[in-house]
Amino acid sequence: MNKHPVFPIKPAWEQAGSSRIPFWAYTDSDLYKRELERFFYQNHWCYVGLEAEIPNHGDFKRTVVGERSVVMVRREDGGITVVENVCAHRGMQFCRERHGNRKELVCPYHQWNYNLQGELQGVPFRRGVKQDGKVNGGMPKDFKTEDHGLTRLKVATRGGVVFASFDHDVEPLEDFLGPEILSYFDRLLNGRQLKILGYNRQRIPGNWKLMQENIKDPYHPGLLHTWFVTYGLWRADNKSALRMDEHFRHAAMISTRGSGGQKAEVTAGVTSFKESMEIEDKRLLDIVPEPWWGGPTAVMMTVFPSVIFQQQVNSVSTRHIQPNGEGSFDFVWTHFGFEDDTEEMTQRRLIQANLFGPAGFVSADDGEVIEFSQQGFEQKPFHRALAELGGLECEDTEHMVTETLIRGMYNYWRKVMEV
Amino acid sequence: MTVSQPQTYFEICQLHAAYSAAVDSNDWERWIALFTDDCEYKVQPRENHERGFPLATLALLSKGMLRDRAYGIRETLFHDPYYQRHVVGQPLIVSDDGDLIVTETNYTVFRTKLSQETTVFNAGRYLDRVRRTADGLRLASRLCVYDTEMIPNSLIYPI
Repeated sequence: MNKHPVFPIKPAWEQAGSSRIPFWAYTDSDLYKRELERFFYQNHWCYVGLEAEIPNHGDFKRTVVGERSVVMVRREDGGITVVENVCAHRGMQFCRERHGNRKELVCPYHQWNYNLQGELQGVPFRRGVKQDGKVNGGMPKDFKTEDHGLTRLKVATRGGVVFASFDHDVEPLEDFLGPEILSYFDRLLNGRQLKILGYNRQRIPGNWKLMQENIKDPYHPGLLHTWFVTYGLWRADNKSALRMDEHFRHAAMISTRGSGGQKAEVTAGVTSFKESMEIEDKRLLDIVPEPWWGGPTAVMMTVFPSVIFQQQVNSVSTRHIQPNGEGSFDFVWTHFGFEDDTEEMTQRRLIQANLFGPAGFVSADDGEVIEFSQQGFEQKPFHRALAELGGLECEDTEHMVTETLIRGMYNYWRKVMEV
Repeated sequence: MTVSQPQTYFEICQLHAAYSAAVDSNDWERWIALFTDDCEYKVQPRENHERGFPLATLALLSKGMLRDRAYGIRETLFHDPYYQRHVVGQPLIVSDDGDLIVTETNYTVFRTKLSQETTVFNAGRYLDRVRRTADGLRLASRLCVYDTEMIPNSLIYPI
């Protein structure tokens, strides 16, 4: 007889600490709704995009915060408004284009129109319609347009990145990130004008947290990703550091490329290490150090809950996590460069993009393993995952042979979720 | 634009058929052999293509890079096994200067994972530049512009 019911009726996190994560944390739909509430809709800043995506007055981009559709708009004064994509009248998601330019926001259903601040300008037939000398209908006398604007989000921008929050009491973005993570954020996004190179979109059938964990897990890259281990891009013996904010929710994995290639203790028995592997077209790994790196060749930053900032050699991108249900999320990559990039550097970034994204030499398999973990969780939710490499604590380290960042995230998750 | 001969149309159709047969049977050597030596092969979201963003999901800029991808598929990428099945429409011959033929052709790729039903994996069109060579028609460049808004997890094999 099975001691545990396969489907716990009242899931309880029985273990102390955060090194053993119950499978139901990835499969329970009620918990998922609480996650949306507490991480995506309250108290946290979520990524919505890059300023360079909406350079001109009236430019907009439709995206999401959690599961809620929002529109990010460039106002006439140069500022950015983020409004919820739900008309104040009949609740219609009025914005259907994903990007474009508008002078005002109009819901096609009854033509309620809003200015670029999200304020209701007017509604048709507000004062009724004259017919045979008498006025028919119209809105009640006490109807005030100012009471019926779109839901506006609080907005913060830094280094060309736009964050938004439904929670107007959220702490300042800089405090939210904390000084340590902020320093890595500023390293990548130091105010240089960004140049959008394009998007990649994939739907990954796994819980959204698994993507955060994937980029908080320096254990797997040197094992799962042949390219990383063979060419020294990411290996357990690279000079590296792991950093977190004081709540352990955000993290930076910092690594400096080693020599790669040669046999070493760290590659012994690693079947993905291919000593004889040779790239035919060397442009795939034509790495040119950039001054702003300041040493590390890769910094992977997870900003909880919604985004990952990637610098892997010359490839830089944001990766937006857009959950849709407890068992699936959309993963949207925005690759960019910098305004002062030479044409050669732009080409280099585009070629190195072959390593990343849904078809990437070192990213395609991340989506695959997330899908298969989710499948494992679904079949036995009473069980638990293990994150005990490097101990049971949550701490910054000067190496990557640890799952400390995952433990950190679940330490925070347990507190906020009260489980 | 010159009016292409029926023979050219037939040969283009043959090239498409050979391509589908190669990629649907995971025969990457045959896939590579259908390209010229200085070839390009890209798979790009329609969104990027139409907005003038250069990023491609896959951007292989030489025969060497095609071979690197083939090696990656065989040796380095971990992924769920799947079959793919191409259904390619009638080619539109845009131009033909005797040496280079420019064509556009709709395609659909179905994916079948083991123990799963068959699903539409990717739909789009091939924008091809086809060169006449001593060995017959070869792809000088193939740009796969796909409508599919969300790649169902990952894209491993060439489209």
